[in-house]
Amino acid sequence: MSKSTTQEPLFHISKRGALPWYAAWGIRGIALLAALVLCSLITVLVTGENPFKVYVTIFEGSFGSPRRVWVLLQNIAILLCVSLAVTPAFRMRFWNIGGEGQMLVGGLATAACMICLAGVLPNWMVIVVMILASMAAGAIWGAIPAICKAKWNTNETLFTLMMNYVATQLVAFFIIIWEVPKGAGKIGIINQATEIGWLPVVGGQKYLLNVIIVAVICMAMYVYLNYSKHGYEIAVVGESERTARYVGIKVDRVIVRTMILSGALCGVAGMLLVGGTDHTLTTTITASRGFTAVMVSWLAKFNPIGMIFTSFLLVFLQRGAGEISTSFGLNQSFADILTGIILFFIIGSEFFISYKLNFRHGAKKEG
Amino acid sequence: MFDFVSFIPQAVIQGIPLLYGSTGETLTEKSGNLNLGIPGIMYVGAISGVIGAFFYEASLPSPDAINSVLAVMIPLCSSLIGSLLMGLIYCFLTVTLRANQNVTGLALTTFGVGFGNFFGGSLIKLSGSPMPFLALSATSECFCKHLPIGDSTGWFGKIFLSYGFLAYLAIVIALIAAFILRHTRVGLHLRAVGENPNTADAAGINVERYKYVATCAGSMIAGLGGLYYVMDYASGIWANNAFGDRGWLAIALVIFTIWRPNVGVLASMLFGGLYILHMYIPSGMNLAVKELYKMAPYVVTIIVLILTSMRNKRENQPPAHLGVAYFREER
Repeated sequence: MSKSTTQEPLFHISKRGALPWYAAWGIRGIALLAALVLCSLITVLVTGENPFKVYVTIFEGSFGSPRRVWVLLQNIAILLCVSLAVTPAFRMRFWNIGGEGQMLVGGLATAACMICLAGVLPNWMVIVVMILASMAAGAIWGAIPAICKAKWNTNETLFTLMMNYVATQLVAFFIIIWEVPKGAGKIGIINQATEIGWLPVVGGQKYLLNVIIVAVICMAMYVYLNYSKHGYEIAVVGESERTARYVGIKVDRVIVRTMILSGALCGVAGMLLVGGTDHTLTTTITASRGFTAVMVSWLAKFNPIGMIFTSFLLVFLQRGAGEISTSFGLNQSFADILTGIILFFIIGSEFFISYKLNFRHGAKKEG
Repeated sequence: MFDFVSFIPQAVIQGIPLLYGSTGETLTEKSGNLNLGIPGIMYVGAISGVIGAFFYEASLPSPDAINSVLAVMIPLCSSLIGSLLMGLIYCFLTVTLRANQNVTGLALTTFGVGFGNFFGGSLIKLSGSPMPFLALSATSECFCKHLPIGDSTGWFGKIFLSYGFLAYLAIVIALIAAFILRHTRVGLHLRAVGENPNTADAAGINVERYKYVATCAGSMIAGLGGLYYVMDYASGIWANNAFGDRGWLAIALVIFTIWRPNVGVLASMLFGGLYILHMYIPSGMNLAVKELYKMAPYVVTIIVLILTSMRNKRENQPPAHLGVAYFREER
């Protein structure tokens, strides 16, 4: 071994300039493929099935029947809605991981309107009140950490995380108050006979309305973030609070305003779940979407249009992994393991997008 | 009259898993890594121990032939290895690959909880038990052994001497961690890495190594919390999802103790008490109110979080570079 090779490390890391989008997505695609290969290997080891059958099963989980496609769309819609909701906060580097709690209180407000206002107000008014109440509830839940952050620089990651569990217990409290029948520990379908407070069914498809609403929110969010003054202020605050202060942006106001928006949209997502499709309220109704949304938003680099793809990807993989569990007789948690592995790969691949490995010259000779 | 003699031991055994988790997370956070994967790591720590114990028990001809040293060491080691691997995944992604810590942590929790429930479910199936849980009572007995004088010294024994060895180990580890952080050079370097990695790097501290070691050690300590829960608290009974939200509570406890493991010893017991308070407060038939009592640990944490940020004393703040990846060439 020559002397020079021992002095210089094998490679060093440097920051890349912006990669063209196709290269970035190419890297992510490779990571995804690698993850899928590993996942199928694991599945084959556990079940002894043919690996191609595993892939077919993943695909069938989402596209196996028209009903499954609708379920896929519904799941994408809700996940996308929460992801869009947390995005403005992330853009100003406010780590709102309280989407879960903001959704829950939104759902709670919806359920409260459905239960308490049924028969008091006409149906259309119940729905209007329901929408407003869920937005207000989510906004309050988001504003509390934001105000503390703006005033005293309280750590928002930890604060919003704690707010999730406060919301969970609050929901648990009201579930027992409203439980039907008494002692059942659950609410059951609300207003099953009268359907008061149920969002209308559009085009004969239960899930279509949610998909349309979220599509509209997605477009609006894209415009808001990229072409409005507010969106610009958010971007400046995210880049550097000092610069923002210097150019005269009221940082405190931007933080609180953005979190109110973020929370309100999470509340809408909760409303869509409770009023639109499930018509009931449980403490687990959000199915950890508030946390998954963090990944959806981050993977898409906080771009609302990119989030359509990333939320599709995550829901597709989750449903595929779930289908593997059922059809090969494994328990449902197997899906979580596969999802976790896929996420690790995608998260890791971001490194190769932002950084470049510069190998030492002549390194090939050694190998 | 409030029954303290039965309440305190209950609060303590609730608090021990939280103490393990929060000591581990404190070490991790002091290195500037906000590891939201702790709930997943505690799950993996628990299930790894269960897997080790299950195969050890299965290899025995009869439950009486159990060797108590092996029965303790095998689950202990497998638990440590399981949580170490989880810590390594987290470190590799966030330190070497500089991925976002929040995202990585959340993915780790998804993975860990799935891992625990999958292998838990599989073992339950394997054991052929008709019930949805797995009982490892022989192993658990070895973990639960306490000093014989604990039974003969009345209320004193009940409050101080009635726990298995892992409970005392938790307190010892917390005190050692506190000592290392405050009074040793290694602790000083570790805090420097969390406060300002640029400066630490300039002073010749190997930032990456400190982050790796602190995070992996933290994960292993947190994993022991899972092991304690299933072997001692739950008397060796694994049921899927029984561990619940204790992992998040451990993260809350880190804030509550303002990043001090020695404070955690008492605070964890306070949290344990708050966690079970609803069982001791007479609320009559009103079950709903109990749900509100369960909110208490989180509300208390939020209040502490706000108060410490309001007073803005420097020594009570989170590490300044908590949650930020370090890249030497970035300014």
